[in-house]
Amino acid sequence: MTAPLLELRHLRTRFRTDRGDLDAVRDVSFTLRAGETLGLVGESGSGKSVTGFSIMGLIDPPGRIVGGEILFRGHDLTKLDEESLRRLRGNRIAMVFQDPMMTLNPVLRISTQMIETIRAHESIDEASARVRARDALGAMGIPSPEARLDAYPHQLSGGMRQRVAIAIALINKPDLVIADEPTTALDVSIQAQILAEVQQLTREAGTALLWITHDLSVIAGIADEIAVMYAGRIVEQGGVDAVLDRPSHPYTAGLIGSLPGASAPGSMLVQIPGTTPDMVDPPQGCAFGPRCARRAEDCARQPGFTEGAHRLRCFHPLSGPASPAEVAA
Amino acid sequence: MTTKPTTTAPALETRNVSRRFGRAEGLAVRLHLARRRPVIHALDGIDLTIPTGEFVGLVGESGSGKSTLGRIAAGLLSPSDGAVSVFGRDPQGDRSVHRDVQLIFQDPQASLNPRMRVASAIGEAPLVHGIVGRAELDDYVCAQMRRAGLDPAYRQRFPHQFSGGQRQRISIARALAMQPRFLVCDESVASLDVSIQAQILNLFMQLRRDLDLTYLFISHDLRVVQHVADRVVIMYLGRIVEDAPARQFFAHPNHPYTQGLLAEIPDLKQRRRVYAPVKGEIPSPAAPPPGCHFHPRCPVAFDRCRIERPALREIAPGHRSACHLNDAPEGERRAPTGEIA
Amino acid sequence: MTSAPVASGRRPAVTALRRFLRAPTAVIGLALMALLILGAVFAREIAPQNPFDLAAIDVLDARLPPGSASMSGDITYWLGTDGQGRDLFSAILYGLRTSLTVGVGSALLAGILGILLGLIAAWSGGIVDALIMRLVDLIMSLPSILVALLMLALLGRGIGNVVLTLVLLEWAYYARTARAQALVERKRDYFEAARGLGLPTYRILLRHVLPNCLPPLLVIAALQVARAITLEATLSFLGLGAPVTQPSLGLLIANGFQFMLSGEYWISFFPGLTLLLAIVAINLVGDRLREVLDPRALR
Repeated sequence: MTAPLLELRHLRTRFRTDRGDLDAVRDVSFTLRAGETLGLVGESGSGKSVTGFSIMGLIDPPGRIVGGEILFRGHDLTKLDEESLRRLRGNRIAMVFQDPMMTLNPVLRISTQMIETIRAHESIDEASARVRARDALGAMGIPSPEARLDAYPHQLSGGMRQRVAIAIALINKPDLVIADEPTTALDVSIQAQILAEVQQLTREAGTALLWITHDLSVIAGIADEIAVMYAGRIVEQGGVDAVLDRPSHPYTAGLIGSLPGASAPGSMLVQIPGTTPDMVDPPQGCAFGPRCARRAEDCARQPGFTEGAHRLRCFHPLSGPASPAEVAA
Repeated sequence: MTTKPTTTAPALETRNVSRRFGRAEGLAVRLHLARRRPVIHALDGIDLTIPTGEFVGLVGESGSGKSTLGRIAAGLLSPSDGAVSVFGRDPQGDRSVHRDVQLIFQDPQASLNPRMRVASAIGEAPLVHGIVGRAELDDYVCAQMRRAGLDPAYRQRFPHQFSGGQRQRISIARALAMQPRFLVCDESVASLDVSIQAQILNLFMQLRRDLDLTYLFISHDLRVVQHVADRVVIMYLGRIVEDAPARQFFAHPNHPYTQGLLAEIPDLKQRRRVYAPVKGEIPSPAAPPPGCHFHPRCPVAFDRCRIERPALREIAPGHRSACHLNDAPEGERRAPTGEIA
Repeated sequence: MTSAPVASGRRPAVTALRRFLRAPTAVIGLALMALLILGAVFAREIAPQNPFDLAAIDVLDARLPPGSASMSGDITYWLGTDGQGRDLFSAILYGLRTSLTVGVGSALLAGILGILLGLIAAWSGGIVDALIMRLVDLIMSLPSILVALLMLALLGRGIGNVVLTLVLLEWAYYARTARAQALVERKRDYFEAARGLGLPTYRILLRHVLPNCLPPLLVIAALQVARAITLEATLSFLGLGAPVTQPSLGLLIANGFQFMLSGEYWISFFPGLTLLLAIVAINLVGDRLREVLDPRALR
């Protein structure tokens, strides 16, 4: 078995707010191997995006990483200085955002931005960098890439911009790409195109992919493994088939049941009562407890995360792995 | 009420409705007091009838004109050409239509006035329209909130104090307070989390049963539409390309665009799949392609598609499609497939 | 039934007020402003002397330096006296009253007029919008002091005429901001939602659009009050503003001006200082309002 490319150990990221400290990520551990795709699924406020930003070292005050380790090829990213982080970013680790304008500078031509990204990490002459930029656009399915190179971001459609942002992310053949809802804002037909191209490119290059999304159906199509987040913690993690076909955590099961595709047309959908917790003042013990039908007395304590291929954080799972021991919250 | 009650009139009927945006003419433009703007054909000859009690899902991508059609149905926009009637009345001439048709927006945060308490947001319109008197207003507001699944104890709060799902319930309560018979939902669950989306969809289905409502449910999400709708209407660049009963639609999609869309829906049951998407970009509605708008992306387009607009015609009972291939002799017609090569 | 609201937040105005009070300079400005306003409102009660009651003034007390006692011994002139023997402290309180009335009054009237025209322009669009906005451009391109001088030369001096002139010059600023803000609000869903509820136009504009346009307009109003007070002071200084019977701070400064060179500085200095403090206080408050009410910070 190969050493993991990325390993998170008990990551904890905190934001200071007017109302008090908010732990957006409370205890997240997972590993990702080269060439693997991990789908990180959660609803808004689950901490899935903050996890991605934490790995990229993009947490700005009033937020900061207050605990845990982020091991990339064995080096702890939380202890690296800004310069070493910069050398990793855009080179070995790249990120694709929901809004491509987070990547693209509106006043620079596409070519300038792509060539800059290449030359920031590699000494290569401008002409060769330009050729590589053009090929990268072509590989993302952008028609007449030579002409698009000289365009400004605002001259492109939303889907085209996202393709360019992805091409920039992939241009230095990174080991790891973190994709934060990159297709959520796009039309269905464009979303499918981008999914197809990202899938192909990462498979060819053996790039590991951390795909952050709220959409289980998208994840089902591309991920090898799924981690479901709720209130800053991973509550269930395992192979895509195991988690989607035999969900063990009541939250995962509820999430799958609430998808319109999962039940007969016209029938009432399974609904999880209530709303996601206030993260400044989260519930004691299992954070899903107040919304959970299987809640019992012991849920007032924080369940630990089981070991194994199908991991779980629940005292009363629906099936599957044995229930975990209690841990100090 | 001066209007004649027309029980048999459909909830919505549009005849050859078109809508253009932009400004090429006008006094202000001619006097150089305002700028000329490009004209966008948001809707182009829409014929659609929604009988009372039906739940119609209207699906399209950006630039399809689905929201424009929704706003015309709700009386918020007037058509540039063609005739619209809502329960047999013209929404432009007859303001009482506003009581019968209500629009639910995508973003509940934006559709609620941030400086108005929930009770006033819900109670204002019924009070102004005389649906309820000032004395009974408070009870009326509480009843609407309860029906939308909200605790009336919080009616003196402001919208920003609620979660996304609760805010959408507030806007639903506000619409219900007008006692409408027809709801136009414009991407009303698109911005909500999956578990909250299920709650709101259930509420829509529950209300339909309780209040006998008609729905025009606008969405980009075919999975959601498949779950709730009786009939599906697909739009592309301002035109209806297909219109069919839901069961028929998902079993036998006719139009190449529709078939492509259905093949692309991410599906929980399909693992490690290979996507075979419709090729190409969606053209700009400011300069749509001639003939059939879909022909540049269509895998089976032929010469006629580049010149002549295909008519939306009935190909099976209740099933309309706008594709020249349906004119081909029976033997040559391509079998309906789920995917495009 | 769903659970309780997520945030126990307050109404937007309360949140804004709390944030306002977090800046020390703004609190100082606000305190200063409150002090000056109280002084102006209760001038009659606070002033040791009615400076315009000729019976109360003793010409023998003319041009006494600050701190002197009156000939009769009843009053101590803390800020000295002017050329006619008036107590300057009393005169300043009365003058402040005139200045603030003109400033606030004209800003208020100009605000109502400008906001109405701005909303109408935004609502109607087309030719009406174009005409109103070109008029705004015209007014804003005119040199205000010149127009004011011209108007007052025609109308004659007097508080009413000064206010009229200032309103004419100021409404355009409100109109421009109100229109721009209303156009932004008009694109928001809640505006369409209000239309969808079949509410009458005036109600949508006044109950839905206007409250959401108010924050930037409040900032403009604060700065326009300061501008109006300065402009009025200038006009009065030039002898075209407030009448002699109701001297404003500008006129008081003008009255003492001839004595500046003879060393009797206080007759002009103290009214000038008061004017300066008033303008600084209003600007401090206005600047903080701008920071607090910034829509980017509010949402």
